[in-house]
Amino acid sequence: MYILTAEFFQKALIGGALIAITAPLMGLFLVLRRLAMIGDTLAHVSIAGVALGFLINVYPVAVGLLFAIVASFGIEMLRRTYKTYAELSIAIIMSGGIALASILFTLGKGFNLNVNSYLFGSIYTLTNTDLAVIGGVTAIVLSIVLIHKKELFLLTFDEDAAAVSGLPIRYFNILISILTALVISAAIKIVGALLVSALLTIPAACSLALSRSFRQAVILVVLIGELAVLAGLWIAGVWNLAPGGTIVLLLIGVLAISMMSKRMFRV
Amino acid sequence: MSEQASLKQAQPPSCHREIIRLDQVSYAYDSKQVLSGVNFTVQERDFVGLIGSNGAGKTTLLKMIVGLLRPQSGSISLFGTPASQFKDWSLIGYVPQRNHFNPLFPATVREVVQSGLYGRRKLFRRVTKEDVSRTEDALSTLRIQDLADQRIGALSGGQQQRVFLARALINNPKLLILDEPLTGIDTETQTSFFSLIRHMHQHHNITFLMVSHDMEMVRSYLGETPKEKSGKISFYVRHSHDLEDCVETDLLHSLRKEG
Repeated sequence: MYILTAEFFQKALIGGALIAITAPLMGLFLVLRRLAMIGDTLAHVSIAGVALGFLINVYPVAVGLLFAIVASFGIEMLRRTYKTYAELSIAIIMSGGIALASILFTLGKGFNLNVNSYLFGSIYTLTNTDLAVIGGVTAIVLSIVLIHKKELFLLTFDEDAAAVSGLPIRYFNILISILTALVISAAIKIVGALLVSALLTIPAACSLALSRSFRQAVILVVLIGELAVLAGLWIAGVWNLAPGGTIVLLLIGVLAISMMSKRMFRV
Repeated sequence: MSEQASLKQAQPPSCHREIIRLDQVSYAYDSKQVLSGVNFTVQERDFVGLIGSNGAGKTTLLKMIVGLLRPQSGSISLFGTPASQFKDWSLIGYVPQRNHFNPLFPATVREVVQSGLYGRRKLFRRVTKEDVSRTEDALSTLRIQDLADQRIGALSGGQQQRVFLARALINNPKLLILDEPLTGIDTETQTSFFSLIRHMHQHHNITFLMVSHDMEMVRSYLGETPKEKSGKISFYVRHSHDLEDCVETDLLHSLRKEG
């Protein structure tokens, strides 16, 4: 149990608690707009950026973030070109990201171990810089979502009606893409690129099964995220399990319970 | 009374404006020409029915009018302003096709109705007390206040249509655009919904543009012969002369008084 008081573990708890606010929140908007796969895509592209960061010796999370933002613009662009096949753009960018990452991996064979920590997460090695980045991302995402919560609701519920009522749709689409890219690049060191989309989508899935109002959905998605991340870290710490995997399995457990209680109580 | 009279003098009657003008409007998806050279004008207090089979281009035309698509050639103006420069979107209420939202979306009736106010709000304005009471007005006028806390996906088709009408009317629009509002709801509900719309047209200063595919009910109000035909779309028009003066009223409040 001594692990719970160790400094690295407390850093993990702080980082985890922060990312458990923003990742599920952005995930809710993405899932409701049927863009759930974007999380996975941006995470894979981000990994290519992280690899490049190691290669050129620049803070990997920052390069990953840059890659994710460029990729999110790429997705928007392709989405407009292939309007009727929106998911095509996601598939193209995702495979592009993995391809680039694999080339960069082999270019710098020496840093394979470090890249692994971004693929599967390495929450116990969070540095003060990492925490500062996660804190900054949380502050930016939370304040923008709070300021624009009404507009984001209108856009998510009915994009056409939002456009007719004069909302600047393109501005908000780009805003959502950038915020998502921010959250994902901050989150990959915590749960890992391979699992980051779980933290975005599973809390949203639970919340959709249980909520009646949008307000409820927003509150619930954050509560579920916090529950899974904090409990997952604690369990992983005590029983010496992989933290990212534990968090995701807990999330799936919460989802199963949500779906069963939906059936039983007809929420 | 004298106050009203002087108000009228100061502002010339606004109920003879040109609401929509389509000038040689064309549109093609890839190589398929959907609309070519459509000309049409909608006058204030007109009720326009756009009738045509599937694929005739009704929805495309509608999307261009509300600014979701740009015509590839020709021009559109709204309230006398070129559509590309039009800013005053609160003049336009929009009721979408009923089945275009995700039925599992977590949103209550109240949240959806209130969202009608968000577009015209300045980006950093908060929801005011006035917004909240306006929402309650819209809910009670459309007789959906008992459903206010229900999830919108759990409602019947006719009830959902009332929710979207409330959302559209909350800004007191001058032009109400309805996209296939009668599809997928039972005949009885259709009749009551349509009679509400007809009542608004006859007694209030509001212009209607309604897309539908061959609806007897629409024809019974708009007449048997279209005013104009363009490609596969027919424009049926009925102008309302019933209103003698053009005093601006708040639609929600007067509808509620009239029951």
